[in-house]
Amino acid sequence: MGMTMTERILARAAGQSEVRPGEFVQVPVDLVFGQDTTMPLAVIEFKRMGAERVFDPDKVAIVCDHFVPNATVMAADRTKSLREFALQQGLEYYFEAGRGRNFGVEHALLPEEGLIAPGMIVVGADSHTTSYGALGAFASGFGSTDIAAAMALGETWLRVPETMRFVYWGDLGPWVGAKDLILHTIGRIGVAGALYRAMELTGPVIESLTVDERLTMCNMGVEAGAKNTIVPVDEETERYLEVVGVSEAFVCEADPDAEYHSVIEIDVSEVEPQVACPFSPDNVRSLTDVVGTRLDAAFIGSCTNGRIDDLRLAARILEGRRVSGNVRLIVIPATQNIYLQALREGLLEVFAEAGAAVSTPTCGPCFGGHMGLMAAGERVIATTNRNFVGRMGHPESEVFLSSPVVAAASAVMGRIAHPDEVVR
Amino acid sequence: MIVQGRAWKLGDNVDTDQLLPGRYLSLTDPRELASHCLEDTIPRFSELAQPGDIVVAGANFGCGSSREHAPTALKALGISCLVASSYARIFFRNCINLGLPALTSPEAVLGIQDRDRVRLDVATGEIENLTRTFQCSASPLSPFLLRIVEAGGLTDYVRSRLRAERSMDR
Repeated sequence: MGMTMTERILARAAGQSEVRPGEFVQVPVDLVFGQDTTMPLAVIEFKRMGAERVFDPDKVAIVCDHFVPNATVMAADRTKSLREFALQQGLEYYFEAGRGRNFGVEHALLPEEGLIAPGMIVVGADSHTTSYGALGAFASGFGSTDIAAAMALGETWLRVPETMRFVYWGDLGPWVGAKDLILHTIGRIGVAGALYRAMELTGPVIESLTVDERLTMCNMGVEAGAKNTIVPVDEETERYLEVVGVSEAFVCEADPDAEYHSVIEIDVSEVEPQVACPFSPDNVRSLTDVVGTRLDAAFIGSCTNGRIDDLRLAARILEGRRVSGNVRLIVIPATQNIYLQALREGLLEVFAEAGAAVSTPTCGPCFGGHMGLMAAGERVIATTNRNFVGRMGHPESEVFLSSPVVAAASAVMGRIAHPDEVVR
Repeated sequence: MIVQGRAWKLGDNVDTDQLLPGRYLSLTDPRELASHCLEDTIPRFSELAQPGDIVVAGANFGCGSSREHAPTALKALGISCLVASSYARIFFRNCINLGLPALTSPEAVLGIQDRDRVRLDVATGEIENLTRTFQCSASPLSPFLLRIVEAGGLTDYVRSRLRAERSMDR
């Protein structure tokens, strides 16, 4: 009996000829990382474990991205302790805003830095670690103590997940992209629709997407409860890997007779631009149902939609236009590389001329940390991944999730708007 | 291990942002984290919760962010056990790793109301509502997970393993 892509990767890592869903396996990890809110707890546990050295300083990364540039004195203290830990452990991959050649939001940064390759086992102290399945890796989010154990031992335990296969086909409509596809998928299966399972995203539409777009989709697999999300490796993946300098990879595909929990076919021709309404990522409506909703703010950025493709799309809407007087727009390129690229292409000028506040890379507003929070009663449309109660500020504020084009059009109109209302 | 306490009843899909809001993620001290637990959802929860209390939740408990701050805060408040219809996977792992028992029972949420007194046996999964006549049993933890819980959580488990490896090196 054949194996799915996820099963193949886990079997190879575990040194077994095959694995089956439900089986527990012990696997060596190829990359362990955490960020400035989860890693301080991991370092505390690492020390309590009596560990002295990380298992391999070239396979441990720390990305300070949530409260950076340090938003509070306490955040500055946490970042400082991580910087010292990285130095003491000899970690090459330590990233912090304003320091070094590249930095920024972890799930945009690590692939750019060439740290993710197909077939790798990637464990991160951040739920959106599912992103890296876009490059054909097994990648999953963990808590701080699990990450401490992985840093100490160089391995972790996993329960082999059942796989749900999604097949996307048909023609994408105007203004419909990766974000709409994943919101549509989550709306269809629900926030626990893939709980404990792998999501394998396949089909001609997925093949037509760039790696940036696949990262957007895999990023949000966790919003359906998935353990990991994965996309088959193809020429587009190889093109991306060549650009970022990855040469070694374990490339595999699902066997033709692989056994799936379920196969879900999605005809994308019927998908309109999507919006997830408060207070759940599965409360998804077609854009036309919510057009006109009053707004106070818009945010374009995050590990979901802060990449160069996203900024290009947003700039297409905002070029030569002004943000409505009723709303404030914040745009945050996800990494310094993306920031520089957007600068060279004139995108940052487009945003600034439109009246947007453009910031250095940070996760700040997405998780309600800093850099543009919402007051009671305020509404924001955001290209982020979660719209839980209080996610971007006051518990009585509301977050609507959308693609960059819808967020940009809404910023111009001062209410939730269709891009066709702005660009004709 | 038998625990007994008042139940705090929560709904489906309670996310870790509710359990511990993002603005407090710079905190690492368990007692400080505890003081903000569920503060946007249940006003004064951290003052009202008493050691031994039990949290009973619906499906997909602890979804969203991987933040271990959330189960750390519950544990520091003295919450003795969680019972839910189902858990989000990262949150469930975090509870096991911290040694906070997390039982799974779709029936419990139907037979337990807010502030009921509940008695449960963590090892066998037997759950008894002392306020009204109701009993059910939770599915037992897999032997693999029980090994970590019995070691007192993952930190203690790894500590003994590292110690054993070092003594073998000598």
